[in-house]
Amino acid sequence: MSIGHTLLGLLESGPRHGYDLKRAFDERFGHDRPLHYGQVYSTMSRLLKNGLVEVDGIEHGGGPERKRYAITDAGITDVEQWLAQPEKPEPYLQSVLYTKVVLALLTGRDAGDLLDVQRAEHLRLMRDLTQRKRTGDLSDQLICDHALFHLEADLRWLELTAARLGQLSKAVRS
Amino acid sequence: MTPAGSLLIADGLHKAYGRTPALDGAHFSIHPGEVVAVMGPSGSGKSTLLHCLAGIVTPDSGAVHYGGRDLSKMSDAQRSSLRRGEFGFVFQFGQLVPELNCVENVALPLRLNGVKRKEAEARALTWMERLEVADVRAKRPGEVSGGQGQRVAVARSLVTGPRVLFADEPTGALDSLNGERVMELLTEAARETRAAVVLVTHEARVAAYSDREVVVRDGKARDMAGVR
Repeated sequence: MSIGHTLLGLLESGPRHGYDLKRAFDERFGHDRPLHYGQVYSTMSRLLKNGLVEVDGIEHGGGPERKRYAITDAGITDVEQWLAQPEKPEPYLQSVLYTKVVLALLTGRDAGDLLDVQRAEHLRLMRDLTQRKRTGDLSDQLICDHALFHLEADLRWLELTAARLGQLSKAVRS
Repeated sequence: MTPAGSLLIADGLHKAYGRTPALDGAHFSIHPGEVVAVMGPSGSGKSTLLHCLAGIVTPDSGAVHYGGRDLSKMSDAQRSSLRRGEFGFVFQFGQLVPELNCVENVALPLRLNGVKRKEAEARALTWMERLEVADVRAKRPGEVSGGQGQRVAVARSLVTGPRVLFADEPTGALDSLNGERVMELLTEAARETRAAVVLVTHEARVAAYSDREVVVRDGKARDMAGVR
């Protein structure tokens, strides 16, 4: 995920301090990986340098000074372009699973067993995500669904590969 | 998982249709309140396993024990009574009687067991409320959506308070959102009533509602609970 673009997008609704930005990011997008303060401030320095944000005000309190950031017109255009640009689909052509299956066949091991064990591991994670969905809010559900659909795609590949093991075994040994 | 404390146990089931083997030494066990997904490719024998477990099909060899009783040693009438009273069934398609309205469909297993109409329909309505379909009580199956129809079918499968619920691709005809809701409601209700659920599915997202999975391949069932 582009942290810079996400922070910029959060700034579009109004100026914020670095701390508020981190909190807003963590609440909406940081479910498993909250941002470090260092990441927020280094990203804001970069955005400032590139003219995508500006300092809207500085508060001088008892502690260190707190800058309040605002998005610039160039920043709004940057967010607009990022949202309009489709993400590159990842083809996963160098699958570790594929390599393991071929190596198992080449070395005379039980590739079907390998696929069964992998399926069990995938399902274990899918159960955890399904449970998290049941107890979570709508954003939890959407995030878990995304992960579940990807795991399901892997599982479909595992099933298809299991059905083709005989054919694959002949091909790798020839 | 060991069969100790199991409600339903299959031991070394063999079943062939003509020369084609469907089950080839399949083992299975399930505890009260447990949801077990039976997975495997088409033609692997998973539906035959379900039919043997439910006493619908008699295996060529091997035995199915329910609550300590051997299903093959029961009379047809005893097995029928078991299926009507202690087992519940949900299938993918065409399980509701089109001439009856939805509440009459849900009440049907109770009526067949001799419960009076008023009481049967009151109990049916409780389950329909639970499955979020009370508002279609007076409609016929042809007048409700696929998702509503399947919830009505789930309500019907639970109305007798079964100890084992057999579900064969229960969400196969539904879209993702409806399928998910049906699975949530079905598994919640089953866990609450301590019913064991034998869930045949080829969909991993449906199997993810189970406690463990058994994979059927070439007529053999492999319990994946301890596999790592």
